[in-house]
Amino acid sequence: MSNTQNISTFPFGPQDVLLPEPLKFQFYVDGDKIIKVDPTIGYVHRGLERAAELNDYRRNLYLCERICGICNVIHGQTYAGLIEKMTDTEIPERAQYLRSIWGELARLQSHLLWLGLFAEAVGNPQLFLDVWRDREIVLQLNEATNGHRIHLGTTLIGGAVKDIDESLAQKYFAELDKLRTRMDTWAVTMRKDPEFLAKTVDIGLLPKKDAVHSGAVGPVIRASGIPDDMRCNGYQAYGELDFEPITYDGCDVQSRVLVRLDETYQSIELIKRALKQMPTGPIAVKSEGFPEGEIVYRTEQPRGEVFYYGKGNGTIHLERLKIRTPTMPNIPPLLTMLTGDKKQNIPAIVHSIDPCISCTERITEIKEVA
Amino acid sequence: MYPLTSQKTAQENNGISVVHFDCGGCNGCDIEILATLTRIEDLKKLGITRVGDPSKANALVATGPVNHRNKEVLKSIYDRMQEPKLVFAVGTCACTGGLFHNCGNTLGGIDKVIPVDVYIPGCAVRPEQIIHAVNLAIKKLTQEGKPE
Ligand code: SF4
Repeated sequence: MSNTQNISTFPFGPQDVLLPEPLKFQFYVDGDKIIKVDPTIGYVHRGLERAAELNDYRRNLYLCERICGICNVIHGQTYAGLIEKMTDTEIPERAQYLRSIWGELARLQSHLLWLGLFAEAVGNPQLFLDVWRDREIVLQLNEATNGHRIHLGTTLIGGAVKDIDESLAQKYFAELDKLRTRMDTWAVTMRKDPEFLAKTVDIGLLPKKDAVHSGAVGPVIRASGIPDDMRCNGYQAYGELDFEPITYDGCDVQSRVLVRLDETYQSIELIKRALKQMPTGPIAVKSEGFPEGEIVYRTEQPRGEVFYYGKGNGTIHLERLKIRTPTMPNIPPLLTMLTGDKKQNIPAIVHSIDPCISCTERITEIKEVA
Repeated sequence: MYPLTSQKTAQENNGISVVHFDCGGCNGCDIEILATLTRIEDLKKLGITRVGDPSKANALVATGPVNHRNKEVLKSIYDRMQEPKLVFAVGTCACTGGLFHNCGNTLGGIDKVIPVDVYIPGCAVRPEQIIHAVNLAIKKLTQEGKPE
């Protein structure tokens, strides 16, 4: 920045109506063009990985579920998957299907939540209310499953704590069909409404090359045309569900909306397919022994790849648990999207990566005071 | 611009103007607070509005345990709010630190930093619980003119 006279700076966050979570950006703008962005995190850091070393490894399941309330189900499943690998536990096939079903239900909930928040961020509060009204269907399914709206809590190391019986399965089919029909009423606004498109098309560009180089994950990289999805690895039951990742080539905010919108429809399909294909049998096995060795386990969260690394030494405590959640790798791409764009597009662009800060905050710098 | 948030001050809103801050919970309670705010009609009857600017608010709903960094932000939001101030600790981890009690960077519940009037335990809390608690607080406010 050689010419500094015209450059003004302003902060965004940490507390703002548009940000559900505290995150701070310092923007440097020239007129209405963004020149540079400095993000600051650390407002919601808890030091959870340390606590995971102090706790009994079985208790960590509930701690990991509370890394993030929006993607709690998949966090729990990933931790359970990691421990099962470390203790050589093979979980029953029905449990694999149950996990995929609830994982997709969580994705559905998370994407609907995001679509609503995004609608509010681009100034369409009625759309926000519509989407959130329909999201209640998913929360009620959660409640019908295990009695809780947010923290489903069905994961168990070694399988699942609950089964889906015939009447619950019928309820899933009926409610998901209802959700699908309701979604059709507002999805068309997101696809076609000129007012909505004016705020999303060709905004926050992340070209394919930059997406790869900056290490984007999840819907962000899929909206830049790259079919990167952990579910393709076929963990849990995904290998048998005939799954294809959804991609769009627009590289802009609208593509990210469309990827997530299509994924909500896809999740409904996957849940229904899994319910039909699910084999009968036991839902859990006992996991024996203590975790040992070093294992990496990755799954696809609604926001992208989540990475768990665990090191066990054959005792009740893990020696190390390292978690990298999808928002972290999506911050460098966010800076690329913001730089060079217009000031009024900031809310739409920041929201387009679906930032989840409580997931991201895994490190903090401790300054020694003399 | 956003109807879910009002630009008016607490007196103009003539009831409770709520500002929301997440200290570092898991978001579970935050999304339930947002789900509560979508029940606009119910809230209108109770005279509750959501505001974005702390200086226009007289109630703070805070979630999550406090850490060394956000305690300053929480304190500054509290200081900027209008009198009489109402503080709601939403969720177990905002009440006591909850599941995060032994995390390295967690100080505990938000009452470590600012005085709390209403504790709403639950992990996560339910929207009905939040509305019920706010309703109780309003009654208390009108009876005593001022929270404890
Ligand atoms: S009380 Fe539970 S659900 Fe609520 S923010 Fe804390 S950990 Fe999350």
